[in-house]
Amino acid sequence: MTLLASRGSLGAVLRSPIIRALIVGAVIAAVAAWFVLRPRPLPADTFAGLTGDVTRGEQVFWAGGCAACHAAADAKGDGKFLLAGGQALPSPFGTFYAPNISTDPAAGIGGWTVENLGNAMMRGVSPEGSHYYPAFPYASYAKAEPQDIADLHAFLATLPADPTPSKPHDVGFPFNIRASLGGWKFLYLNTDWVVAGDLTPEETRGRYLVEALGHCGECHTPRNALGGMERDKWLAGAPTPDGKGGFPNITPGKMKWSSADIVEYLTSGFTPEYDSAGGHMALVIENTAHLPDTDRAAIAAYLKKVPPLE
Amino acid sequence: MPRLLIAAAAASMAFTGLATAQDAPFKMEIAARQGIMAYRAIQMGTLGGMAKGEIPYDAAAAQKAADNLLASVTLDASMLWPPGSDNAANPDSTALAAIWAEGSTIGDKAKAMADAATAMQAAAGAGLDPLKAAMGPVGGACGDCHKAFRVPD
Repeated sequence: MTLLASRGSLGAVLRSPIIRALIVGAVIAAVAAWFVLRPRPLPADTFAGLTGDVTRGEQVFWAGGCAACHAAADAKGDGKFLLAGGQALPSPFGTFYAPNISTDPAAGIGGWTVENLGNAMMRGVSPEGSHYYPAFPYASYAKAEPQDIADLHAFLATLPADPTPSKPHDVGFPFNIRASLGGWKFLYLNTDWVVAGDLTPEETRGRYLVEALGHCGECHTPRNALGGMERDKWLAGAPTPDGKGGFPNITPGKMKWSSADIVEYLTSGFTPEYDSAGGHMALVIENTAHLPDTDRAAIAAYLKKVPPLE
Repeated sequence: MPRLLIAAAAASMAFTGLATAQDAPFKMEIAARQGIMAYRAIQMGTLGGMAKGEIPYDAAAAQKAADNLLASVTLDASMLWPPGSDNAANPDSTALAAIWAEGSTIGDKAKAMADAATAMQAAAGAGLDPLKAAMGPVGGACGDCHKAFRVPD
């Protein structure tokens, strides 16, 4: 009797128009959430017909700064090609450890196809279809040219293997729920150029190097509470993740260096006062030093076009 | 009276000396090594100015600057780096205690700097292109040591 009564009341509840509307709403929300939160790989034909070039791939490797995080911090010379990972990136959300991206098929990414690499770099999606944390700068690499990814894939395949397993990230609740990164991407994965309008070919090349491969904005642009780059404060400087220092404002509003000063800095690390670059920027310069002069000049030309902020 | 004045002056000098020694035991050493860094920066200003095209290339001036740089690198400055003269104990210094730590690579870094300065000394007077090519290794050696052993910016 009691059972029947409760069944009856459940039936009555389900027949209530308000409850029905709520259920329909919840289903729509779940579908919408799935739609927003699901990993979105690149279109299947993104790399169709592209062949990777190892020599060009090495230039992409330096322009993209892979070794700055994935090689040991004190790596020199050929040590920069041993991409065993391990460097720690502290953040307000936890500490991220750069993974092993050497050619080891188990510990590294030796088994990856060019599509796997493209989805990782341009969409932040792993081969298993889960989201990567944006400590991996896919919000910048998202603007990369597929040909550059193909070239990089060819180059990475020539590098040595290392069996060191990747270190798990040290990230607490709720940021350890990877599905939530779908929401982050929905909000902040934006492939529009920040600096738009008429640009010379040199400035356009510089924009590609700064906004896409070089991922300069990842440190030099401030982030909001959810860790999204604030595009209206592009390259205007930001605190370091540990809160002890700052990444400088490199817009023309603050940085008064000449183009020659910028080129020299990115070549030898000397500031206009002939001090040398410090902190993580020293690692960045170990990458930019490998670029052709024309690329460093292009970066300088682009930086002069960034909206000045103080 | 004069005796009293002299005694007072002597006492005050002794006191001042004592106070300085207690407040900043390595003041002179730190000032001297920062002076050497500034001297190197001035030489690099000549070489870098030519590399950037800010000042016309002048073989004799470039050679002089590179000679000076190498001299400053080969100068025996070991007495300027006593243990304990690090940033933790001396706010005026930006030298990390890691310089003196077990297994420190400071010797390798100094050798790399000497090699880069030697290469610059051979290149600077030989033409603008050799000078430009030698800038990167010198900057790399400076930065490499600063990255490891200087308080981050």
